[in-house]
Amino acid sequence: MQINRKRRIVLKGSLAAGALSIAAGTGLLIPRSVLASWPEAAFGAKKVPEALQALLGGSDSETSADIKIKAPDIAENGAVVPVTIASSISGVESISLLAANNPVPLVANYKLGEGAEPFVSTRIKMGKSGDVIAVVKAGGKLYSANKGVKVTIGGCGG
Amino acid sequence: MAKKTIKIRAKAKDDVVTVKALMTHPMETGARKDKSGELIPAHFIQQVTCEHGGKKVIEAQWSGGVSKNPYLSFKFKGGNKGEKLTLSWVDNKGNSDSAEADIR
Repeated sequence: MQINRKRRIVLKGSLAAGALSIAAGTGLLIPRSVLASWPEAAFGAKKVPEALQALLGGSDSETSADIKIKAPDIAENGAVVPVTIASSISGVESISLLAANNPVPLVANYKLGEGAEPFVSTRIKMGKSGDVIAVVKAGGKLYSANKGVKVTIGGCGG
Repeated sequence: MAKKTIKIRAKAKDDVVTVKALMTHPMETGARKDKSGELIPAHFIQQVTCEHGGKKVIEAQWSGGVSKNPYLSFKFKGGNKGEKLTLSWVDNKGNSDSAEADIR
């Protein structure tokens, strides 16, 4: 809140001075341009197929045994569920991580650059028990795998 | 926010570099309520980028579904000991930070 208020003041001040260019120069306007690539529609989707459609342009994926999801069978604390995804598929372009029963299923999307191994590990929140889904994009095709995680205390509610 | 928010380790073994990073961030989803019942505004890291030798190794796009004080680990090929890599994040309020680490 404090930060927000400060930003307002700074913005107002620079507007009053008629110096929007200064605001741009000091980086106040950077967020929008930097994050143009953040897929807002996909992260706003409430269902898994919708999220995949918005993110990867398709929701059909082939179940693959070459994707390994490492996650606990029972997560005591849904606020911190360690998930590791590794794949032996070659030419992986991106790895998406979803929690099927979360209010916002799409948790993370990793775009792999040159040389990156198809391996990511993150800790995620899970609202309730459900599947963790990994979707790997390789050579224009989608492959997926899922793993059920039982959550005893949810991590999304309040 | 002024403090360092990123801890990063990069280790080379054989020809693969394993990077582990910890960031300090509240990662609020925007769906949680505080004690008085008011919604806590969303505040989470949207993007994490790691660069090595001027090339983007990985770009992570996150929602508020990533845990508080997020941990990220990944691997890549083509890095050597002593080289530098840079990790940076940007959140939905426009805050950002970056850190540089030597591959060990």
